[in-house]
Order: sequence, then structure tokens, then C-alpha cells
Amino acid sequence: MTANTLATLKGSSIISALNDASVQTVVALPDIVTCAGLLWPLSKDPDIRLIPVCKEDEGISICAGLSYCNQRSVLLIQHTGFLDSLNAIRAIAVEYQLPIVMLVGLQGMEPDGRDPSESDHLGIRIMQPICEAMKLTTYLMNNDASAEMLSSEIEKAYEISQPVVFLITQHLSDD
Amino acid sequence: MLARDEALKVLAAHYTDGITVGVYQSIFDWMQIRPHPLNYLCTGAMGQAASHGLGIAIGAPNEKVVVLDGDGSLLMNLGCLFTIGHAVPENLVHFVIHNRTYEVNGEFPILGSKVLQFEEIARIAGYRHTFVFSEIVEFKLMIKHILELVGPVFVNLHVEPGESYRRDYVAIHSSESRANFRSALHARLFGHQPENEPSKTSPDYSANEFHQ
Repeated sequence: MTANTLATLKGSSIISALNDASVQTVVALPDIVTCAGLLWPLSKDPDIRLIPVCKEDEGISICAGLSYCNQRSVLLIQHTGFLDSLNAIRAIAVEYQLPIVMLVGLQGMEPDGRDPSESDHLGIRIMQPICEAMKLTTYLMNNDASAEMLSSEIEKAYEISQPVVFLITQHLSDD
Repeated sequence: MLARDEALKVLAAHYTDGITVGVYQSIFDWMQIRPHPLNYLCTGAMGQAASHGLGIAIGAPNEKVVVLDGDGSLLMNLGCLFTIGHAVPENLVHFVIHNRTYEVNGEFPILGSKVLQFEEIARIAGYRHTFVFSEIVEFKLMIKHILELVGPVFVNLHVEPGESYRRDYVAIHSSESRANFRSALHARLFGHQPENEPSKTSPDYSANEFHQ
């Protein structure tokens, strides 16, 4: 993919994948990357329970509690909230080996198709190295094709009881 | 006067078989006052008890879920009161054991201990019922009623230290504790053992950490 030829990533593609993976609950804090294309549509979706939270680490714990009850959930946050929640992610998701699925918008990511490691923003550049250091399975989501693997990776996370992170690199489009 | 362990004994007498999510000294006391596989010990990070409790309460709506929070812990996650007030879990009873100190971290005082009214914040946040107790006699009179109410319910217990109970840090971080809870919960909810479990060979972490 070259600069200025970004493929589309639609919120509806992600919602479709969540439905395919039998995700019942989305725990969320608004993020400008995903709000219009995903969070607002989710808030109107009768098949998804939306739990708004005040802080992202709450969401890690809520998803953990749900997982003990065999209920599938996804945490929808911004990368700044991810960074703010590292201790909860470290303990609850990684060390406790729980299937915490995180959809993380990279707020401020340059819209030119570059890799997050090449971002001008420190907070974005450090995301993948931090995930790697924490041994978090991490995927980039930058087009609808990448959204297609979301369903199977959520299935896998619950099957092996491990966390997984999806870094959303561009603002989601409406349909 | 309300000694923490005496208050927990009163609760245990009326809440014999339900899910309990707790933190720090309260869960150390509770593990010995009411040992039970449905005690959820592994909250992982300070401040997170009520959020774990909310997840379980939503995931198991037909089960009562009692949270034993700490005052320092709740101060770290005050927003959870509004999250719970919005989610309105009818089966959640949220106790805060208000001893005015970070007891297991050296008994340093919490901020605002002279003015804090957690129950007022909870009421504004949307809890259906809120209580505050500082005398064991009043708590004894009300506990049965509290556990029968439609939640979310918030109970602020102004306590003094009671008997010293062993601080079992290994238990509150162990994979065995988590597996025991998961098995007991699945037996309760589904009548069978869990199908997918975290690796039994995973190491136990942070056994000697105080501030997680």
C-alpha cells in the first residue's frame, strides 16, 4: 500500500466480525478513530450490549468478569487509554491468561498508510514494542480484509484463553 | 464501633454460598471467615474489584454478587460507581470497607478520610440503595434486608481493625485460585466444568507485591 492510497476500513465490517464471533458485549470509552464508524452504530445495535466505562482499566476487569461467565466481550478504546491501563493489562490479561480482546484506535496516526512504527507520534510508535514486550498477540487493522480475520482471532483468543490486541490505524468510515 | 472482621462475620452468616469479589485485607479476612470456591480473589490491579464484580454480575444475572472493596482501592477507581450506576446490575451489592488507611501498604492514611461520603457519590451515580454503618448493632439489624434488595446496592462500612488475619498473597494471585473459582462458577451456572482453561502450567505472579 502506498501513501494516499489507503483502503477502506468500515465499522460495519468490524460489527459483522463481532457478530460472527458471537461477541455479546462491547465495553467502550469513546475514541475519535472509532467513534463515528463503530461506537455510535454499536450503541444502536440491539444485538450488542454496550457498557460505557469511565476509564479503560475498568473495561479490562469487566471483560475479565464476563469471561469467567463464558460471555464474549470486546474492549474498544484509544491507544492512550491502553497505555494508561498497562498495569491492569499486565496482570489481568497477560499474567492471568484471560481472553481480553482489545480494539485500540491509534489516535493521531498519520493518514498516509505508513506503519505505526514510523509515526511522528511517540505514543503511537511505542505501541507495538510495548505489546511485543508484554507478549501480547497484536494485529494491525487497516482495511476490510484485515477486519475479516477479527472473527477467527477472537475465536482463538477464547479457545486458548489469551489476550489479543487489534490496532486500528485509520478512522473508520461509515457505510 | 464496627470491627472489620465482626462485620464480615455478620455478612457471612447471611451470605453463605454466593459469589464474593474482594481486595486486600478484607479478602484476606473473608477467605478465613468464609472460605468458599466462589470467592473471587484475583482482581489483579488495585481499584478493580467492583469492575470485576460488575462483569460477573452482568454475566451471571441470576447470581448475587457481593464486592468487598477498600476505601483506598475505590478512590483509585471512583468512576466505576458511575459505570455501575449506568449498568444497573440488580444482583450487585457493593461494600466498601472504610478504614481510612492503606492498611496493607503500611497504614498510611487515605486522602479525604474526614470528608469522604462514598455512599453519597454512589447515590448520585445511580445506585438504587445506599447505606452507611459505623455500629455493629445497626448493621446486624439491616444486613438481611440489604441482601434482599434489588441492586445495585452500596454499603459504606466505617470500620476499625479487628483480629489480625493472615495475608495470603499467594492465594490472591494464584492460578489455582482462579481455576477453583472458574470451576465453581461453571458448576453453579452451567452444571459442568469449564471447557477452556488457562494453562495449568502458567507461573503465579507477584506473590509478594503490595501495591499491585
